[in-house]
Amino acid sequence: MQGTHMVLTMADVLPAGAEIFVALAACVLLLVDALGGGRVRGLVFLLAIASLAGAAWVTSAIAAPGRTVILGGHFVADPMGTVLKLFAYGAAAVSLLYSRDYLERRDLLKGEYLVLALFAVLGIQVIVSAGSLLTLYLGIEIMSLSLYAMVAFDREDGVAAEAAMKYFVLGAIASGALLYGISILYGVTGSFLLDGVAAAVNRGEAPAIGLLLALAFIVVGVAFKFGAVPFHMWLPDVYHGARTPVTLYVAAAPKIASFALAMRVLAEGLGGAVAAWQDMLVVLAALSMILGNVVAIAQPNIKRMLAYSTISHVGFILLGVLAGTAAGYRAAMFYTLTYVIMTTASFGVVLWLSRAGFEADALDDYKGLNRRNPWFAFVMLLVMFGLAGVPPTVGFWAKVQVIAAVVNVDLTWLAALAVVMSVVGAYYYLRIVKLMYFDEPTETGPVESKIAVRLMLSVNGLAILVLGLYPGMLLRLCEHVLP
Amino acid sequence: MATPANLLSWLVWLPVLAGFVVLLLGDRRIAAGRWVALAATLATLALCAPLWDGFDRTTAELQFVERQPWVGILNAWYYLGVDGISMPLIVLTAFTTPLVVVAAWSSIEKRPAQYFASFLVMEGLMIGVFAAADALLFYVLWEAMLIPMFLIIGIWGGSRRVYATIKFFLYTFLGSVLMLVALIWLYLQGGSYEIAYLQQMRIGMTAQVLIFLAFFAAFAVKVPMWPVHTWLPDAHVEAPTGGSVILAAIMLKMGGYGFLRFSLPIAPDASRELDWLVITLSLVAIAYIGFVALAQRDMKKLIAYSSIAHMGFVTLGSFIAYDIWQASGAVAGAEMGLDGAMVQMVSHGLVSGALFLCVGVLYDRLHTRDISAYGGVVNTMPVFAFFAVLFAMANAGLPGTSGFVGEFLVIVSSFKANFWYAFVAALTLILGAAYTLLLVKRVIWGEVGNDGVASLKDVNAREFIVLAALAVAVIALGVWPAPLLDVMRPTLDALVDQLMASKL
Repeated sequence: MQGTHMVLTMADVLPAGAEIFVALAACVLLLVDALGGGRVRGLVFLLAIASLAGAAWVTSAIAAPGRTVILGGHFVADPMGTVLKLFAYGAAAVSLLYSRDYLERRDLLKGEYLVLALFAVLGIQVIVSAGSLLTLYLGIEIMSLSLYAMVAFDREDGVAAEAAMKYFVLGAIASGALLYGISILYGVTGSFLLDGVAAAVNRGEAPAIGLLLALAFIVVGVAFKFGAVPFHMWLPDVYHGARTPVTLYVAAAPKIASFALAMRVLAEGLGGAVAAWQDMLVVLAALSMILGNVVAIAQPNIKRMLAYSTISHVGFILLGVLAGTAAGYRAAMFYTLTYVIMTTASFGVVLWLSRAGFEADALDDYKGLNRRNPWFAFVMLLVMFGLAGVPPTVGFWAKVQVIAAVVNVDLTWLAALAVVMSVVGAYYYLRIVKLMYFDEPTETGPVESKIAVRLMLSVNGLAILVLGLYPGMLLRLCEHVLP
Repeated sequence: MATPANLLSWLVWLPVLAGFVVLLLGDRRIAAGRWVALAATLATLALCAPLWDGFDRTTAELQFVERQPWVGILNAWYYLGVDGISMPLIVLTAFTTPLVVVAAWSSIEKRPAQYFASFLVMEGLMIGVFAAADALLFYVLWEAMLIPMFLIIGIWGGSRRVYATIKFFLYTFLGSVLMLVALIWLYLQGGSYEIAYLQQMRIGMTAQVLIFLAFFAAFAVKVPMWPVHTWLPDAHVEAPTGGSVILAAIMLKMGGYGFLRFSLPIAPDASRELDWLVITLSLVAIAYIGFVALAQRDMKKLIAYSSIAHMGFVTLGSFIAYDIWQASGAVAGAEMGLDGAMVQMVSHGLVSGALFLCVGVLYDRLHTRDISAYGGVVNTMPVFAFFAVLFAMANAGLPGTSGFVGEFLVIVSSFKANFWYAFVAALTLILGAAYTLLLVKRVIWGEVGNDGVASLKDVNAREFIVLAALAVAVIALGVWPAPLLDVMRPTLDALVDQLMASKL
């Protein structure tokens, strides 16, 4: 049997090839940067992007159609993991690409930044492929520690340091809660392996009260990582306080990890106890949708507005998860992936508009953008209508599916709440469109940017429209890879 | 005439693609852009010829059907088809949009490329809404339409345009999302979004009532019915002329169309149970809003309120069928109300569009919509006065104009249902005449009111063509509505059968 031998064979580690590759690549990056000093910064950046591309290649090359379990069950390679990882690499690479100019102008494009970014990706990979509660915890810590450091990366920036501190303290509490839940779960089921937990829960061996206690702490941990209300406090401060590239980085790929965390723990490990955690998630989802959308209206800063918007979208993603059905998980996955596409584009526009000494994070900076650059105003328009869930953007299909998922489990009131909240949300997205299209610009200078960024941002924006017109392929992909 | 393949797809996508071409040409090459816009809208209108000609007037079945898989997992289809209800509305859309393009030819100076592109994209989406035979496709187009309209009012509107357009968007969006929940519920029950299938599905009473209310939220806002009409005067007043025309002529019709396509056939039992709600609100709209219109000082606001009152006839005619059936025991009379509703929709599309264009003609010259700023316009603009008075008469329901036919049919059919319905509905003959004639008297007749009016120049060739085209349509439909009624006949027959058959 696998895992019982002390000797590792190639077959035992091959499914984790992408993780090993990224870990090695990060080390190489560190070395190149240290040896080359400041002179090879362009090379290091290219290497970082190449590492992500290489990781994508390795992941696709070793992808198997079925589920492979290695390392004694602690590591799982399955189609869902493959797709989530590929999306995470893509989100990370695009985020770095959008950030390059911004970081260079502020002298922040250091090797360490990129190394941290790669380690965050490694953490995401480990979470996505976790087969046990311990692996999950390990992945969360790798990812979170890298992100804390990234938030605090600009030493001169007091606000960023404060944000990093909040992120770290609250994140540590969340990790603690999760770990506590994991230990109780181990106590009542006798296993760290998700398969073992699932089997124990399905056999009804676990005492109900112990299971509930474990669930409560685990849900708190998951909710913290997602940023669901009432465990959302860190999110607006981190989004707002961090430098925009870091905000983008935190906002995009880690959402995939949050989804994977929910899937692995709740759906796979505790799927048998869905009745117990469904109610908890209903409360979290409802509160997130309400608070996120309502508070976002009052924000004068676009990063903070997008932070509250994120909270509301987390509520929508949880709708899919809490349904506890195959269609619900598919909806949540589709929502997560499309949300990552949209949020990447939104911060991409913020970064594109930022210049040396100018952050473009006040809403008023978007005034008259249609005059200055109609094309990227249009891209931002697509993002805003996408986030609002208005067809023909992909955001609509994401909402349709999560709503269908909750209607299907007879939570129609929750669906009604969700759609009403999406109308509230439409208000602040429309306000950005209003600023861009209806107001006159306060400054009229053209926006300078590199061709690669313009191209990538255009593709990113058009994806929102194209996937909205033809969502079938991405939907089938989600359907196909989910167990 | 041979029918071109994929006719409906051409009708939907030709304007949308042309819209993107105009956008790419940009403001610098707007001369070319205008011609592209005109050519595309005229080509779309030309494509309506085979549609009208090849339409089989003996069946209620969907025609010109196109069916392609779209989103397989959700069982949503790219499914287009028209019947006697949707076909005339498509023709109305294709007829109105070129007029809007011509009317805006040189009067739009601010970002004209985006202006024309918005209208072209809108045209395609609106035709798509009427042609969609799959509920999810319908919903996607229905909502997508809000985006260009939001921009049209917000960019080219009047001083309070931002307030008006956000109100417009949020009102209609709120109504629509509830409809979405209802559609999703239906899909989960029946496994299909096909509208014809949803119409046949058996649904319990409680569910029907909830579905009816969800649909009602969407369509009542769109029509709009009292008391959710308040977005309309704001939107109309602030919208540019073209926006007002499209809003009044086409978008309001979508509410009426929704009642006929979704509410009545999908939830017939709930409709019968709740028809008092719709009838009451319709009568309130007809009578109360008529009085409100009387008190307006802004020309566009007056026409906007008159639109609400006139749309009250559409909803009244649509839902009167049950009472007629109960009162007379015969199905035959029930259809007259529906006939009236449909004719009223087409007629109101032409007349209200024409009136907004008339206001636009005056506004382009004096830049005010205040009734008191005018007076004696006939002295300086005799040709314009002729058209304005004609359309005003049609708005008041003068026999010989299209406005008469619809109102007459609805009033007669409501007599069959209940005398008091007819009594209140007939009030419009007085109120409509009062506010319309008052408008005409204050703006058109009398001595030249001020220097502004004295300096007015009569309509130019471009404006003349637009108004003349509408005038011909208004009179033709008024004198000889039979072709329109013939087209609708089998579909409305089938609809009445659906209304009367219980789905419990």
